[in-house]
Amino acid sequence: MSSNKNQRTITSLVQDRPGVLSRISGLFRRRGFNIASLAVGSSEEPGLSRMTFVVEGSATSLKSVAEQLDKLIEVVEAKDITDKNIVWRELALIKVSSNEKTRSEILDLAKIFRVNIIDIGVSSLTMEITGGKEKIDSLIELLRKFDIKEVIRTGRVATLRGTLIEGRPDGEYKSHSGANIQNDSEEIYESGSV
Amino acid sequence: MSKQYTGAEIVCRALINEGVDVVFGLPGGAVLPLYGVLSQFPEINHILVRHEQGAAHAADAYSRSTDKVGVAFATSGPGATNLITGLATAMMDSAPMVAITGQVGRSAIGTDAFQETDITGATLPVTKHNYLVMNASDIGDVIHEAFYIAKTGRPGPVLIDIPKDVFTEKSYYNGRNEISIPGYKIPSKTTKNKIDEAVALIEKSKRPVILAGHGVIISKAFSQLKEFSEKSQIPVVTTLLGISSFPEDHILSCGFPGMHGMAYASLILDQSDLIIGIGTRFDDRIVGDPKRFSTKSKKIHIDIDASEIGKTIKVDVPIIGNIIDVLNQINPELSKNLRPEWLDTVSKLKVNHPSLEIPNSDHLLGQSVVKALSEITQGNAIICSGVGQHQMWAAQHYKFIQPNSWISSGGLGTMGYEVPSAIGAQVGNPDKLVWSICGDGGFQMTMMELATAKENNLPVKYAILNNNHLGMITQWQGLFYNEDYQAETYTGNPDFVKLAESYGIKGLRVDNKDDLFDVIKVANSHSGPVVVDFVIKKVDNVYPMIPAGQSVSELIGENI
Ligand SMILES: Cc1ncc(C[n+]2csc(CCOP(=O)(O)OP(=O)(O)O)c2C)c(N)n1
Repeated sequence: MSSNKNQRTITSLVQDRPGVLSRISGLFRRRGFNIASLAVGSSEEPGLSRMTFVVEGSATSLKSVAEQLDKLIEVVEAKDITDKNIVWRELALIKVSSNEKTRSEILDLAKIFRVNIIDIGVSSLTMEITGGKEKIDSLIELLRKFDIKEVIRTGRVATLRGTLIEGRPDGEYKSHSGANIQNDSEEIYESGSV
Repeated sequence: MSKQYTGAEIVCRALINEGVDVVFGLPGGAVLPLYGVLSQFPEINHILVRHEQGAAHAADAYSRSTDKVGVAFATSGPGATNLITGLATAMMDSAPMVAITGQVGRSAIGTDAFQETDITGATLPVTKHNYLVMNASDIGDVIHEAFYIAKTGRPGPVLIDIPKDVFTEKSYYNGRNEISIPGYKIPSKTTKNKIDEAVALIEKSKRPVILAGHGVIISKAFSQLKEFSEKSQIPVVTTLLGISSFPEDHILSCGFPGMHGMAYASLILDQSDLIIGIGTRFDDRIVGDPKRFSTKSKKIHIDIDASEIGKTIKVDVPIIGNIIDVLNQINPELSKNLRPEWLDTVSKLKVNHPSLEIPNSDHLLGQSVVKALSEITQGNAIICSGVGQHQMWAAQHYKFIQPNSWISSGGLGTMGYEVPSAIGAQVGNPDKLVWSICGDGGFQMTMMELATAKENNLPVKYAILNNNHLGMITQWQGLFYNEDYQAETYTGNPDFVKLAESYGIKGLRVDNKDDLFDVIKVANSHSGPVVVDFVIKKVDNVYPMIPAGQSVSELIGENI
C-alpha cells in the first residue's frame, strides 16, 4: 500500500455516457486534485463503467474526494478505498532495445519477474507486466541500462479483498488476521508468466 | 399510438406538468422554435427580461421565495453565456432553477457555427447538472429529471441545452414517467445512533449554540428549529443566508456572526462548548481562521451534503440528512432544559456588545434607512439585496420576522442581484411587499430590468442606498490598502429619480433624516414599482468587522 497520505485510491461506477469523464476531471481540477492515474473500462453491469483513480492533493481537500465525486449525477457509486484492505494491479508494456548480446540477460530478468514477452524484433523486445506499482517500478529500474524505448502503463485498478469471515464486509483489515494475504513486497514475484 | 408533438411542444407540455406557470427569458435564433409554440400554451406566462442575467436571477429568486422551481429561457451563444453569472449565483446558494437554452442545429454542433457555444461545457462547474438533448424523444424525460434534480437533495441549477432542429423534430410524449437516476442519491433518514450521540452531547452541554444556515430555509424546517431551540433553551445564531430561518424578535435569537455580523453572535460561538451547525457549510466568512474558531466547543454538523462535513472545521458528530427529517427525529428525544447560567451570559454579551448602535450623524445613514424600513414594514416584507455595504446593513438592521424573507447572494456575492431578484420574488409572491435594498453600484449592473418591472406592473420597491461609491471597496481600501482609493468613486451616476421616471416608474428621493419615514410610506402605498434614491453619507464603514481569515479577537469597530 502506498504510504503517501496525500494520495487516495478511489473506485467508482459511472454511467457510460459522453461527457462523464470531463465532469469528473473538471471536479478534480476545480478542487485542486491531481489525477496520478486513471483506469477506465466497462463493468459487470451493462451501461456502467468502472473507473479507478489515484488522486493527489492536500490532505484536507482529499478527505471528501469520494463524497464530492458521488455528488455527480452520473456517478452511481464512489468509494475511497485507500485505507481498506485492497488488491490492486497495474499493467505495463515495456519496449526495450535488445541485441544478440543483451537479449539473454533481458530474458533472464523477464523470467525472474515472470513477465510475458509479447513481441520480439531485431533490435527490441516488448514485455507485458502486471502487478503493483513497486514491482513495475523495479523492473523498469533494472531495464534502464538496456535503453528503454517506451513505457506504457494503464494506471491502477483496485478492488476490496473478499472477506474470509462470514458476515464481515469486504475490505476490512481485521477480518483477515492470520489469513494468507500477500502484501506488496511479496507480490513482486507473484503474477504473470513468461 | 399516441399523438406526436414537436420538441418545442414537448418542452411546454413537460413544463406545465411540472407546475410551471411562469418563465423568465429572452429569445434568439436557436430558441425561436420554442417561442414559436408559446402562444399555444397560455398556462405559461413568459416574462421578457432585458438581459439574460436578469432572467437567471429572477428565476433563482422566484424559486427561493416560493415552493416552485424558477425557469429561464435563453438562446444559444451570447444568450446562454449571459446566464452564467445567474447559474453560478444559484449554485453557490443551493437555489433550484432550470435553464433551457437553444443550441445551433445538430449538424452544426462542433463547427464553430454562428452563435455556437459549448454551454454544457461552460456551465459544468456552475450547475448541479446539465444536459444536451440530441433527440426530441428524450426531451420529456430530461425535463422531468431536471426538475427532480434541481429541487431535491441539495438543490441547485440545472441547464438543458436543446439544438434548434430538436425543437422542431416530432416525437411522442407520455407525461411524467417514474424517475430513476441510478447515480443520484438523496440521503434517507439518518441512523438512530447518530441522533442518540447528538442528543447526548446536547444534554451534557453547558453552553450550546445553534448555528442555523440556509439549509433550514431550504428544508422549510422553521417550526422544527423553533421547537428544538425552545425545548432545550439553546440560543440561535444564524448564518448570513440563514437569516429568516428563526424569528429575530425571539428571545433566543442571537443575530449572525462573522465578518460583519454582530460581535455578540461571534462571541457566543467563541464561548460555547457545543456548536450545532444545521444546514450550514461553516463558510470562511464565519469561521475566519479555522484554527482559532470556537476552540472550546464540540461540533455537531447536520447537513444533507456529506461532502460538507469536515470541509473547513473538525466535526465530532456528523448527521447526514434532510434538516426537517433530522430535527423531527431529534426533537422528541430532547429533554426540557433551562440553562439559566448560559442564557444569562448570552444576554450579558448582547448588552455589552450591542454592535448595532447607529452612530450620531448629520447625514442620512444607510443603517437608518434599513432600520426605518424594518420599523415601517414591521419586519414582514421580503427583502432582497445586492452585495456590499448596503447588504450588510440590511442583514444587520432589518428585523426579519417572517420565515424565508431574506433573499441575497451570499455565496457568490453577485452585485446586480438586487434588481432582477426582486422581480422574481415579486412574481412569486404577488401579494407580498417586496423591498430590494440596492447599492448604487450593483443597481447600475442590472437596472435595465426596471423596464421588466414596469411592463409587468410589479409593485417592487427599490431602495438605492446611494453613496456614489463602491462603498465596500472604499472600506477595504481604507482599512487594508493604506487609504489608497482607486476606482471606487462614481462621479457619473444618473439621476435615479429621473431614470425611474423615464421608465414610467415612480421615483422618489430622500436626502435627509427628516423625510425618511414619510417617503417610505409613500413608496409603500404606491401600487406600482418605485425607486427611492436614498442619498446617504458618502464614506461610512460597516462595523463591526472581523478581517478576512481572522478570529473574533481581531474584531474592529467595537471593544471585545
Ligand atoms: C459582479 C461583481 N463585481 C465586483 C464585486 C466586488 N464588490 C463587492 S462589494 C462592491 C461594491 C458594491 O458597491 P455598491 O453596489 O454601490 O454597494 P455599497 O457597498 O456601496 O453599499 C464590489 C465592487 C462583486 N461583488 N460583484
